[in-house]
Amino acid sequence: MKDDLGTTLLTLAGYFALLSLFAIGGGNSAVPEMHRFAVDVQHWLTEREFGDTFALAQLTPGPNLIIVTLIGYHVAGLPGALVTTAAMCGPTAVFAFFAARASDHFRESAWYAILSRGLVPVTLGLTAASAAVVATSSGYNWIALAITLGTAMTAFFVRVHPLLAFAVAALLGLGGLV
Amino acid sequence: MTSSEPMTSSEPMNSPAPIQSPIGTETSPVTAPPHQAQPTLGEIFIAFAKISLSGFGGVLAWSRRMMVEERQWLTPDEFNETYALCSFLPGGNVLNFSVVVGSRFRGPLGSLVAFAGLMGPPVLLVLIIGAIYAHYGDLPALRRMLGGVAAAAAGLMLATVAKMARPLFHNRAVVGPVVALVTFAAIGLLHWPLPAVLLVIIPLSIALAWLRPPSGAA
Repeated sequence: MKDDLGTTLLTLAGYFALLSLFAIGGGNSAVPEMHRFAVDVQHWLTEREFGDTFALAQLTPGPNLIIVTLIGYHVAGLPGALVTTAAMCGPTAVFAFFAARASDHFRESAWYAILSRGLVPVTLGLTAASAAVVATSSGYNWIALAITLGTAMTAFFVRVHPLLAFAVAALLGLGGLV
Repeated sequence: MTSSEPMTSSEPMNSPAPIQSPIGTETSPVTAPPHQAQPTLGEIFIAFAKISLSGFGGVLAWSRRMMVEERQWLTPDEFNETYALCSFLPGGNVLNFSVVVGSRFRGPLGSLVAFAGLMGPPVLLVLIIGAIYAHYGDLPALRRMLGGVAAAAAGLMLATVAKMARPLFHNRAVVGPVVALVTFAAIGLLHWPLPAVLLVIIPLSIALAWLRPPSGAA
């Protein structure tokens, strides 16, 4: 068992450290990749559990990438949670530390505009993909689809506090509709 | 701390005194903003813990409110510039932001403390939530509620995408929307591995942006 835990922790550390380098535009953009690896490749979580994990992470205040802590916890308990969190945050934090010192007045450089125009569409595609993966992971039916589209429409036209949207959706779900 | 201006100390503590701050003498490339004093490590920790615990569904709005409006550690321009840099760096944007701001005020130790403030409280919380889920996750009522929340969260993400996508369609631009759609299809529908997709699409997208300046740019 000890060997198993060690191997699992190593897998978690290596995978999430690598993933963090590809997480552009915030924690949510890497959700489909986490889903692919944790559900499809490693079978650490079922579809339903992944959807639940995502929902729980959304209900927790703080950065969106807190979802990796939950995945790590699910896979290997407390050590898994800590290893996964450190792997997801450590390398990029060190990178950010040195990048900040190297880049003076980054926004004024011509590269800023080019990078921005190049990266923003990619980030948008990734976020849309996250929505699709999360939506299909929680046993989708037409009422869940209606909640998704209804929330999207409402949040597009008026400012909605996320907790309010979640509370309404949770009640609809509790009512046996999802 | 000495001021080059002959300012008397009768100045009220809470006024944003226009002192030419002589503080930023460290190797930090960006000089500290002109405010009364550098925040202490404890103040940095508390500020980022507050940002973290206030932020549901994204922490950007709260970090701006805290840094620019409440504590006045950064000017609006400094905030925008710092945040732009952090959103291009890999990893969580707010996480990078905490490291950069912490470092600006207190060096490596400041980074560490800001990071701990941002991540510590939510990690503790989410561990408690995870433990509860491990015990009660099979309750049908809980599952149904979480199903609803996941559906709503997907909806919120779609709304964000729709809002951010509007400028993309200005000037009948084609490249941006096509790149976004291809990325979406590869990751969201085909479930291809992220690194492989990004290693192709990012250089391509940046090259296209470099070769073709925005058509309507003045």
